[in-house]
Amino acid sequence: MSVADLLEGRRVCICGGAGGVGKTTTSAAIALGMAARGARVAVVTIDPAQRLANALGLRELDNEPRRVDPDRLGDDFAGELWAMMLDPKRTFDELIDRVAADPQRAAEIKANRVYRELSTAVSGSQEFTAVAKLYDLARDGNFDLLVLDTPPSRNALDFLEAPGRLTSFLEGSAIRTLIRPHGLGLGVRVLGRGASPLLGALRRVTGIDLLGDLSTFFGLLGDMTDDFSARAAAVQQMLRDPTTAFLLVTSAATPAVDEAIWFRRTLQEGGLPFAGAIVNRVHHDRFGDAEPDDVAAELAAELPEALARRVAATFEDYHRLARRDHRNLARLAAEIGDGDDDRVIQVPQLDGDVHDVAGLERVRAFLFASEEERERLIAEIVA
Amino acid sequence: VAALLDRRLIFVTGKGGVGKSTVAIALGLLAARSGRRTIVAELARQERVRNSFAAGGDTFEEVEVADGLFTISIDPESAMEEYLRVKTGRIGQALGSSRLFQAFAMATPGMRELLSMGKVWELAQSARRTSGADPYDVVIVDSPAAGHGIGLLRTPRTFADIARVGPVAATAQRIAASIDDRSFTAVLAVATAEEMPVNETLWLSEALAGDGLALDAVIVNALYLERFSAADGTRLARARRGTGVSSPANAALGAALSLRARAAAQREQLNRLAEGLGAAPLQLPYLFAETFGHDELHALADALDAELGR
Repeated sequence: MSVADLLEGRRVCICGGAGGVGKTTTSAAIALGMAARGARVAVVTIDPAQRLANALGLRELDNEPRRVDPDRLGDDFAGELWAMMLDPKRTFDELIDRVAADPQRAAEIKANRVYRELSTAVSGSQEFTAVAKLYDLARDGNFDLLVLDTPPSRNALDFLEAPGRLTSFLEGSAIRTLIRPHGLGLGVRVLGRGASPLLGALRRVTGIDLLGDLSTFFGLLGDMTDDFSARAAAVQQMLRDPTTAFLLVTSAATPAVDEAIWFRRTLQEGGLPFAGAIVNRVHHDRFGDAEPDDVAAELAAELPEALARRVAATFEDYHRLARRDHRNLARLAAEIGDGDDDRVIQVPQLDGDVHDVAGLERVRAFLFASEEERERLIAEIVA
Repeated sequence: VAALLDRRLIFVTGKGGVGKSTVAIALGLLAARSGRRTIVAELARQERVRNSFAAGGDTFEEVEVADGLFTISIDPESAMEEYLRVKTGRIGQALGSSRLFQAFAMATPGMRELLSMGKVWELAQSARRTSGADPYDVVIVDSPAAGHGIGLLRTPRTFADIARVGPVAATAQRIAASIDDRSFTAVLAVATAEEMPVNETLWLSEALAGDGLALDAVIVNALYLERFSAADGTRLARARRGTGVSSPANAALGAALSLRARAAAQREQLNRLAEGLGAAPLQLPYLFAETFGHDELHALADALDAELGR
């Protein structure tokens, strides 16, 4: 199977995985490949490597997809490739602008201390805004396919959990039971009876006038909290839609595969549409049973003995990793089930960083190859 | 840097995928081997330490995983329960078990980070708040990646500034003072010699300086041995052309050339990092291990020991 098969009929592709597994590169290569086949594709990323951003012509965070100059892409490029770098703070502000009743109210919210904390907090705001932006782009319908490179985080689950945490805060469901505004005025400080001792205790312990700050904030939000709830529901619907695909990106190293398995289970439990897995940096095993001494002996005719021995030692090191990767791939395939490992696409360990269109092309070749083609490409690299 | 292990509180940060947790554990092993009572604290539900030593136990419990080496997995909810129990007695306990209160407190921006920091700080005190708990000589925090990590370090200061009165303001103030105290706290960054981790480390170094903090050490993990010189490379390429396409010798030469290319790319990034930092980072080797177990952790601890003594 190729990525094109995995994404057949999908309009949104979410690339999830732990940090450091090549998620950004993979997302860009997927977008490139799908666009090459004729689709109009946008890839949404956060903080790509500078050289990769340059390669795509992304110079700044302007928060709107920009078309990648066709001259940078091949001649036989049938579709359009667009890319954008997400600016979480700006996405958040734009969301407020859109939902607020008037510009005055929007400005007041944006100046509020709770809002400022919320919209600039590293944890949560990236995930929340990435999904919000994805939703807006999907709703606008200007692209055949959107590819989201999920924010770098410690673990893949953050992406699924953080937006929910923030949304439920904005919906104010916990807080509304505490603060019961009478009328529609701003800065309402009338409390539900049960809440005041709790909040009083909280203030005594924390020393922060949360009540004051928060009631001002939610007073400002007013009816907007309903919009947030409605949007959150719509976003959830998009994530669960059969035209959405979650692709798991991982390396073949043990912690990354552990994480991928965990992520896959969470997707399943949450009823989210898992499409397949892409395993980067695989060490493929060929001639794994060759004895290092024999290899050294065979090389002795070509190389000085000491150098031949170092080559043989390197070969042995490589095979240790190949055995590790093989085992991890088997674990991943078993998790995905049915012995159905054709939903796992392997990309071999390549030399050096991918930082230009040629590098992306190279990754794309593996992602979009048929089984036989991929075998041949891997053999070229390994042998 | 030699005095790194004499600090009571060591934050280990770095981008995902660079081996930060592994380095934190290896550093913990090294500290424990030197006779220091050591704990490695994890802040997410990762439990890598526990898994590395196949140890059980409740997560928010201090568990000994090797001689003198303990671990704890800190989640904000448990930290809050404990804090309220210790600080405010029965009322606190009632509050802590109120789901409404939990939801409310956890929704407060920065509160999760503050609670985690509070627990980490408590572990590093010579007189522990937790009754019957023994003090540690070294607390190593496996902290989140750079952006989140710096947020974490800033949180106590932010709260100390915002909070007007009350015990949290006082505690946050004390925690912030401990973090600012360079003889008490150290911040260590782990990177690999690749573009993004190097960028992030350089960014972190600048961002910390902006807060009046500094990186006490940068560790570059997973460096390939430079087994082959440029001249070797030419030779290997020539030899490869002489071998049969599908022979083990050809594949072996391919693996050697690939290692050479990757080692050279790493060297380039390592130099960029050293230049940006104005100092040579500490270096740890890539371990070609089929499985990563005790032997590998001890090997890394040895390598760290040698680098710290350099």
